[in-house]
Amino acid sequence: MSESPAVPKQNDAATRPGLIRVALQSPSFMVGIVLTLCFTLAALVSFVWTPFDVTQLVISDKLKTPSGLHWFGTDNFGRDIFSMVMVGARTSIAVALIAVSIGICAGVPLGLLAAARHGSLLDEVIMRTNDLVFAFPALLMAIMITAVFGPGAINAIIAIGIFNIPVFARLARGAALSLWTRDYVLAARVSGKGPARISAEHILPNITNLLIVQGTIQFSLGILAEAGLAYVGLGTQPPLPSWGRMLSDAQTMIYIAPHMAIFPGLAIVFTVLGLNLMGDGMRDIFDPKLRRAR
Amino acid sequence: MLPFLIKRLVSLCLSLVAASLVIFFVIEVVPGDPASFMLGMNAEPDTVAALRDSLGLNASIPLRYWQWVSGLLQGEFGTSYTYKVPVRELIADRIWVSLPLAALALLLSTLIAFPVGVIAAARRNSPADVSIMGVTQLGIAVPNFWFAMLLVMFFAITLRWFSAGGFPGWDAGLFAGLKALTLPAVALALPQASILARVMRSSLLDTLGEDFVRTARAKGLSQRQALWRHALRNALIPVLTIIGLQFSFLLAGAIIIENVFFLPGLGRLVFQGITQRDLIVVKSVIFLLVFAVILVTFIVDMTYAIVDPRLRRARA
Amino acid sequence: MTSIVKALAFAGALAVTSALTPAAFAAKTDINVGLPLEPPNLDPTSGAAGAIDSVTYSNIFEGLTRFGPDGGINPGLAQSWTISDDGLVYTFKLHEGVKFSDGTDMNADDVKFSLDRIGAEGSTNAQKALYADIASVEVVDPLTVKVTLTKPNGNILFNLAWGDAVIVAPESADNNATNPVGTGAFVLKNWAKGDQIELARNENYWGEPAKLDKVVFKVIADPNAAFAAVMAGDVDSYMAFPAPENLPQFDADPRFRVVAGSTEGETILSTNNKMPPFDNIKVREALAHAIDRKAIIDGAMFGYGTPIGTHFAPHHPSYVDLTAQSNFDPEKAKALLAEAGFPDGFKTTLKLPPPSYARRGGEIIASQLRNVGIETEISNLEWAQWLEQVFKGKDFGLTIVSHTEPLDIGIYARPDYYFQYDSAEFQKIMEDLNNATDPQERNRLLQVAQKKIADDYVNGYLFQLANTGVVNAKLMGVWENAPTQAADMTGVYWAD
Repeated sequence: MSESPAVPKQNDAATRPGLIRVALQSPSFMVGIVLTLCFTLAALVSFVWTPFDVTQLVISDKLKTPSGLHWFGTDNFGRDIFSMVMVGARTSIAVALIAVSIGICAGVPLGLLAAARHGSLLDEVIMRTNDLVFAFPALLMAIMITAVFGPGAINAIIAIGIFNIPVFARLARGAALSLWTRDYVLAARVSGKGPARISAEHILPNITNLLIVQGTIQFSLGILAEAGLAYVGLGTQPPLPSWGRMLSDAQTMIYIAPHMAIFPGLAIVFTVLGLNLMGDGMRDIFDPKLRRAR
Repeated sequence: MLPFLIKRLVSLCLSLVAASLVIFFVIEVVPGDPASFMLGMNAEPDTVAALRDSLGLNASIPLRYWQWVSGLLQGEFGTSYTYKVPVRELIADRIWVSLPLAALALLLSTLIAFPVGVIAAARRNSPADVSIMGVTQLGIAVPNFWFAMLLVMFFAITLRWFSAGGFPGWDAGLFAGLKALTLPAVALALPQASILARVMRSSLLDTLGEDFVRTARAKGLSQRQALWRHALRNALIPVLTIIGLQFSFLLAGAIIIENVFFLPGLGRLVFQGITQRDLIVVKSVIFLLVFAVILVTFIVDMTYAIVDPRLRRARA
Repeated sequence: MTSIVKALAFAGALAVTSALTPAAFAAKTDINVGLPLEPPNLDPTSGAAGAIDSVTYSNIFEGLTRFGPDGGINPGLAQSWTISDDGLVYTFKLHEGVKFSDGTDMNADDVKFSLDRIGAEGSTNAQKALYADIASVEVVDPLTVKVTLTKPNGNILFNLAWGDAVIVAPESADNNATNPVGTGAFVLKNWAKGDQIELARNENYWGEPAKLDKVVFKVIADPNAAFAAVMAGDVDSYMAFPAPENLPQFDADPRFRVVAGSTEGETILSTNNKMPPFDNIKVREALAHAIDRKAIIDGAMFGYGTPIGTHFAPHHPSYVDLTAQSNFDPEKAKALLAEAGFPDGFKTTLKLPPPSYARRGGEIIASQLRNVGIETEISNLEWAQWLEQVFKGKDFGLTIVSHTEPLDIGIYARPDYYFQYDSAEFQKIMEDLNNATDPQERNRLLQVAQKKIADDYVNGYLFQLANTGVVNAKLMGVWENAPTQAADMTGVYWAD
């Protein structure tokens, strides 16, 4: 990653074969990977094939319980819930992924900038603004944002993305600050490199692991947030299925068709669980101290 | 200490001003006119104009901002467009649902998380620890509104121990009130308890690895004694911080749960306020919530600074 | 166990326990009524929220005339009236001895005040247009009022029955929002905001006193909570039940009676007649044939609702059944689209307000339209957004809404109304109708009007909303139909 051989890598202990061995030894990490792959696969396959067409309503087939034909049963419009869960994975993953990307792309540079100008007014302004964003009740603000721009996947992404920015800014600043005191950074400063170049060449590569781990956690939180927004009717609009909206549709039907509420909920749980396990596993792998302790 | 305090106070005030501006202008650009909403489909344009006038919506934007802020400073939040009663009264009504609900949920999650976290830390890597960690992972992954639906399905529909929603009011008696808040509090507490238990465990493990605990161990204390005498007290600081943050989250973040159970709480008040364009209620309640969080953060910072002088330099 | 069996088992258990309580032996004199929406305030003369009328209509406030349970116009505070031959002067004779609940007398001055107030400068009456033809209100003597119109208006007695024209007193009118003072059979006793509204019998009522001494309106918006509340007996009646899918379970329970009366709500697929391609009548005709009303009623309303072929209530004597003219025929729809120059269909917007008939109906219609090649982009809007974008801004292709005002076919004569139907011919029919006082002529004109909008395929006519609800089987006198949004409790009583 870095051209200078003198720069010691933080995780130089973790050589590649070692990483894989550790990964294989961590069952929860493996479970996380498998769950995540399952849902990613379901989302990808749904682009080309689903057992039934999710836009085709067959009212006469409504509220069928799970069977060999409809694995997860049908909803109140006679749509196949299994197919809807597959397509819903696509929506959830897309919304959460883009929202996290917004958080990283805007938050990390801000955090690095604040760290590079540590103690300056700019640092203070960036960090206080972060605090301010944190102080706002996130869900209420998301509802406000969708009230301004109208409901829809894009606005859900923006609403979730905004609240991801301070998370990454804070993380990046904290990690960068500790790196700025390292010898190799001092050496780079002495050799005349500017703060921007140091941040890009020496700081960023060394906090990547941290960002990946946090990104995974935020990704899973994003999926929960998307489901919550869709549940109150502010996420993806019909006819594209979304897990949160499927749950809100199921709510008045739980007396007569509980299966409508069970399967989309399980889909959310397993996806979030998979991502969290994967994130935790990665943290263990990246952090040699924790690994030794195991 | 004093310069630090002044600096933080100035920053607190600036934050509040910035928050009030953000809230006011976000709400200013929300499309949808409160007056046309209230009058419905058959209203004549002049009727709408008359109502806008009587609601004070025709004043200029800076004037309205000033009226709102000066009202806030005097503890007056204005009068709700739809209910025609002071917003203060509405908040006073609703807070007696939200506050007990948040407190109940926090109590539940703390009662679950403490012992669970301690057991997991004390028996690290034992089957108990592994299964506790697994269950808490699951707890974090469950969306609380879905968990709430499952609770309703099981306890309200199948067993009929609780009602599926609604709040009878405290006039109906303490028991009836608590009964109505039980399922919502459980639904809110599960993910919080999971997070808290994990923080508790890792915080304990961190302190167990610190020098002073090692020293205590070297002096002949058993692992359990070291845990109880030294580690637990020191591990509580991050845990208490999380609890503080969770409380403010629960106060506003219960909105979806309040919707599932149809509880007349603060979150629902704002949610309804947004859909009914009762914007004066929306901005006042959101500001109150933001104010509470900023204030709590400020107090926490101050407490830390008093406890640990190093932080003063670091944060200033 | 299926859920119906479970419900029955539970009903049995509950019947045993309720038989043990002493209250079951004597006829009750109080009632708990479920309300899906809380009224924002209790002043029916300002604001359009239907929930205000649900609580106050006839219970707290009364007008000169009133709706009967069948939708007919009955005398209210006016015991009789005469109409001049030119149809311009209505002379109302008021009941004697009517008092407001604060003890003051109701007389002709109050009537003049109330009617003048509707059209006054700065009035916030939501239905002002209904009373625009009133030129003057004159007090002849304390019990006689003369209302003069600028032009004949066959609907004025009907319009005066609306909750928006109730009689209020000058000294209390400004506070009616929170402290309503009316002439009705009940008075407001207590309002716990967000929870319930309690009415007590007005012991000084001028007419026949109410049989109930206490009415509690409980606000339960959540369909699950409503279901549980009815099942547990917490509410005795719940009209406009929010989840039709749960009604069959009440139907199977002998403790309850499921009501499916009529409403004035024509649910239509409103079409922006000025926006291409909907300005082409062939496209609108294609829309009409692309829609399967049965699937919509079954899928969105679980079978509750009557198909309509025009903008008119099927229970009205002048109704003409025109559903066959716009029968479900996707092939014909495709052919018509091709004829109109859209062999491959087109894209448009479908903006849906919050009620479930619109949200669910919208998804079904989107799927049906897709089958003939019309792609719709659905957006779910809140009411405030819907009013702004669709109703006021006319920024929509299609929308679904239930027009709940009684006898509102006249909206088609307003070219600036949101669906923008501009037909000189139809406007002429409406003008003739307004000038006609002969019942037979009015009947004929109403039928001509219905046929005209069906022939022009102005909107997609879906179904008449049913007044679905559930009441305790022992409760008598509950309005099954909803000629206006009201929960008139004056005639309700418990059978032993």
